[in-house]
Amino acid sequence: MEMPTPNSMILSAKARIVARLREVLPADAVIDDEAETRAYECDALSAYRCPPMVAVLPRSTEEVAAILRICHEENVPVVPRGSGTSLAGGALPTADCVILGVARMNAVLETDYDNRFIHVQSGRTNLSVTGAVEADGFFYAPDPSSQLACAIAGNIAMNSGGAHCLKYGVTTNNLLGVTLVQMDGTVVQVGGPFMDAPGLDLLGVICGSEGQLGVVTEAFLRILPKPEGARPILMGFDDNETAGECVSDIIKAGVLPVAIEFMDRPCIEATEAFAKAGYPMCESLLIVEVEGSPAEIDEQLALIKEIALRHNPVEVREAADEEQAKRIWLGRKSAFGAMGQINDYICLDGTIPVSSLPFVLRRIGEMSKQYGLDVANVFHAGDGNMHPLILFDANKPGDLELCEAFGAEVLKLCVEVGGCLTGEHGVGIEKRDLMGVQFAPEDMEMQLRVKDVFDPKWLLNPAKVFPLKVTAARRAAGYVI
Amino acid sequence: MRPTSEAELAEIIRSANAPLLVKGGGTRTLGAPKGEVLETSGLAGIELYEPGALTIVAKAGTPLADIEAALAAEGQRLPFEVPDMRGLLGRTGQSTIGGVVAANASGPRRVQAGACRDSLIGVRFVTGDGTIVKNGGRVVKNVTRYDLVKLLAGSFGSLGVLTEVAFKVLPTPATSATLILRGLSDIQAVAAMSQALGSPFEVSGAAHLPGDGTFLRIEGLTTSVAYRSGQLARHLAGFGVAEVEEGSSRWAGIRDVAPFLGKSGDVWRVSVKPSDGPALVANLGAEAVFYDWGGGLIWVLVAEGTDLRAQFGPYSGHATRVRGGAGIAHFQPEAPAIAVLTQGLRDRFDPRGLFGAAVA
Repeated sequence: MEMPTPNSMILSAKARIVARLREVLPADAVIDDEAETRAYECDALSAYRCPPMVAVLPRSTEEVAAILRICHEENVPVVPRGSGTSLAGGALPTADCVILGVARMNAVLETDYDNRFIHVQSGRTNLSVTGAVEADGFFYAPDPSSQLACAIAGNIAMNSGGAHCLKYGVTTNNLLGVTLVQMDGTVVQVGGPFMDAPGLDLLGVICGSEGQLGVVTEAFLRILPKPEGARPILMGFDDNETAGECVSDIIKAGVLPVAIEFMDRPCIEATEAFAKAGYPMCESLLIVEVEGSPAEIDEQLALIKEIALRHNPVEVREAADEEQAKRIWLGRKSAFGAMGQINDYICLDGTIPVSSLPFVLRRIGEMSKQYGLDVANVFHAGDGNMHPLILFDANKPGDLELCEAFGAEVLKLCVEVGGCLTGEHGVGIEKRDLMGVQFAPEDMEMQLRVKDVFDPKWLLNPAKVFPLKVTAARRAAGYVI
Repeated sequence: MRPTSEAELAEIIRSANAPLLVKGGGTRTLGAPKGEVLETSGLAGIELYEPGALTIVAKAGTPLADIEAALAAEGQRLPFEVPDMRGLLGRTGQSTIGGVVAANASGPRRVQAGACRDSLIGVRFVTGDGTIVKNGGRVVKNVTRYDLVKLLAGSFGSLGVLTEVAFKVLPTPATSATLILRGLSDIQAVAAMSQALGSPFEVSGAAHLPGDGTFLRIEGLTTSVAYRSGQLARHLAGFGVAEVEEGSSRWAGIRDVAPFLGKSGDVWRVSVKPSDGPALVANLGAEAVFYDWGGGLIWVLVAEGTDLRAQFGPYSGHATRVRGGAGIAHFQPEAPAIAVLTQGLRDRFDPRGLFGAAVA
């Protein structure tokens, strides 16, 4: 993965920059020792690593503003970091950057059940936001699978989704306001504990901007009352086409499940070997989960079961109790671990129109043969967000590159059928060079102009999201000292 | 001017040398902005509708009624319950889907299904320098880019002329019911609505019409609506005995600001933290008010020429002047740092200042 050549003038000014940062931060908040900065050399896309020049760990919005003012004056690129769980390389440093980690900013500032929001510092983990309100019957809806570790700051940067967004939407639909520190240290409050903000929807464009417009230090998040209960139903089919039609029919029928998850045969086989959830051996398997009171769940599941039976399923298995529900979810939740037992893998994240499902799965199967690499498919079928896992051997020279080429082909296919490169992981560095597949130059230009407004020097996370050659002139202008 | 293709529209914008007034149906424009009228009604038609994928794509000049009819034929609907502002504003045109997006027009279901911007998944638009730009697409889950879709929603045409919009839609529930509590003060009513919206019974509308009643809507499968209505009534027993009315016919009136129809005076909409609402209302000296969105949206009728923002007192929130009150800004003045960002975006999307009339 190509990254910009580190700026030697910045590297030679390291001592001065570190000294200036120490003037505004406590001693333990500035890390410049080479052994310690290594802890920040990568995120969850661990194939790519580069220790930053300095890491800073502020505790307040004021400290973040002070850091950014200094970096702005010194023309130092800043890479914001939540918990470092990005699968797209969103928090990958460059050798000449300051990594700004928000992990120490994890306080709950206000909880307001009457108005149904929680105000938190952005380093708080996703699951601990729910943790702060669940005893009172509330939860925070977006639930990325890394939710135990991932930070709200990263969720906002990537507009993270999760398994339940069919019903509850993604981060942008659950975000009411942010405190944003711009690169020059200006602090702005965008939105707040209201349902809408005046003027342009700046919050909408900040969410999902991958840390390129500012550093989010605090957020107002919408919290929802917990449903009375939830229960899944599992169904297996002889071919992907039928499973795809069944998904479509369930959606059309007017039930709105919270999740519709899909697994194909390679994935079923791998998870059975690993977790022994007792899944039927078939071509494709659906897990559909609905919410409500016991009677409401019965009503919805009866309707879904009736639809499934119309499609001649190999098996339909309804969870009668908590224990059976757990078993149904066991295999799905072990899918990534199961694949990891077999080999190294990369996880793709393209989205396709649900109607293209059978065609895309067939094409992925053909490509798998062509590249000689195994693929397992597990994904959120309700919204067409695919997660093909392509297996490779990291110790075999050339295998990662082959795997990445295969992945790029799959993502191009997603765009061709009317979908997109990434549904919930973000572009980062991983899909950066494929942006031209989805966007014409003028489509990208308008996005670059948004960054020009928020960060005219192009210092915030500058080597991400857009192909380097597209941003080269802007980055070069920003680096001038 | 009434272009019939995106290319023709782009050419008109490229050769324009004076402010343009972009007009869909003109049913929800605030005030009477000036400029040469550029109509979008020539860019009409549903381009793709996949009921099984819950998505619809249409050209921006498509009449809202056409979209709603196509969706209804498949038992689906736009989730955000588009208000019809013609009665309140005295307009006669036909609302277009592009105008709905430009105004981010969102009705009572806002509390459950979000605003227009939450259902909008893709746009095509032409910028002030005549460039055709796309953002988002036709799939619901998409984080591939900066989300200009949200930025365009509610921009009142100030950043570009929409040519195509794509939505996530939802099935229309089989049945609905409305719970009614009578005789509550504004403070009690907001508390009741908060308690209802904080319950697991999936309230899809919460409004309070002072002197009439406090209304809570439940939608879904038949058995479920009956169950939840009963549970919710019990949950709210502290506020009195709730009547349960079948169906949801009264919600169109709440959506369309019917309580103010036929009444003279200026009309404002106020966005506020629900629990601040009643105390804020007490400051306003209003002739009439009613609460939607569980109290998060307050419609206010005041004597002509009242600057509502001057009456806010210690409460935060913001106000939009919807009708009357000439001379007072329609939109809430922005904090200085936000205004810098807004102006920066306008300068880059519309460098020649062609589109600003509707937000001036």
